[in-house]
Amino acid sequence: MTRIQLITLIVSFILLAYVSRLVLKGKLRVEYSIFWIGISLLLVVFTFWTSGFELLAKTMEVYEAPNLIFTVAIFTIFIYLLHLSIVNSKLQQSSKKLVQEIALLNQKLKEKEHDEKNI
Amino acid sequence: MIAVIIPAFNEEANIAEVVKKINLFSQEKGLQLCPVVVNDGSSDATAEILEELDCVSLHLPINQGIGAAVQTGLLYALRSNCSHAVQVDGDGQHPIENILLMISAMKEQGADVVIGSRYIENKGFRSTFSRRVGIKYFEYLNYLLVGVRITDNTSGLRLFNQKAIAAIVEQYPDDYPEPEAIVLFKKAGLKFIEIPVVMHERTGGTSSITFSRSIYYMVKVTLALIFATIRKK
Repeated sequence: MTRIQLITLIVSFILLAYVSRLVLKGKLRVEYSIFWIGISLLLVVFTFWTSGFELLAKTMEVYEAPNLIFTVAIFTIFIYLLHLSIVNSKLQQSSKKLVQEIALLNQKLKEKEHDEKNI
Repeated sequence: MIAVIIPAFNEEANIAEVVKKINLFSQEKGLQLCPVVVNDGSSDATAEILEELDCVSLHLPINQGIGAAVQTGLLYALRSNCSHAVQVDGDGQHPIENILLMISAMKEQGADVVIGSRYIENKGFRSTFSRRVGIKYFEYLNYLLVGVRITDNTSGLRLFNQKAIAAIVEQYPDDYPEPEAIVLFKKAGLKFIEIPVVMHERTGGTSSITFSRSIYYMVKVTLALIFATIRKK
């Protein structure tokens, strides 16, 4: 095993352990952990299957394997960021709806209390 | 009083019939069944239909997923001091008649949770082939993780006693909750048993799990089960 393989392996396991810890502590939802667990498993796979990238690059007609890595990684990051933006927008939308609902309920409750006092 | 928790997301086609059947059955058998419909942010006429029905209706302003809907019902049952709660699907797949068997099984065997299973006697509607493969998979996975053989891990038909409600309500999963809840039962030291029931095919509307989602479902639930097993209480 080369030094870089060892480093990658250690980093993947630290990532995996940290993601698991976050989920166990309830700080990360299982849905979102799937992506990170997938990434760290992929890292492990390519640590041992070093010729895999060369093979992939060749079949996709990319001259240098590292170029393929960067392209794929950047593309994945962009897509995931977009996904997170969508999730965030949805969250904002639903929190707005919740707050409005509470305001309307409050008003209804006060109206009722007011009516009861007047009777 | 037994709270009958019915999660409903866009169930305008079925919900009225489901609630009426429960009320009728409750009167006939002298049971104290109280239908608690949790309207999970439906965009169809479910909310309007509920206003006309004789039931408790809890309206979630935003769709939260079936687990969160059931959790809301469980919270209601706990706070209004119901002796039991039973979870019934909003699409009419679970005949309410099963509840008599479930209650007597709970009493006889001193269980905290009774799960209605389609696969003990293999009668009635038993879902499609691919779904049955998935259910077998969860049977073995859960057997591996908690050491208890449950034949119908995805069954939504479940009867809880008060102790069981209090034990699991806080941790009840938001989506695809059924297999994970089994792990929670085990961890909370509850006694849970399975009895054979007969279920119907949906009478209207569409199922919440489409085929394209099932792969995601398998991955997510598998991870959730593993995490739930190793999580400290």
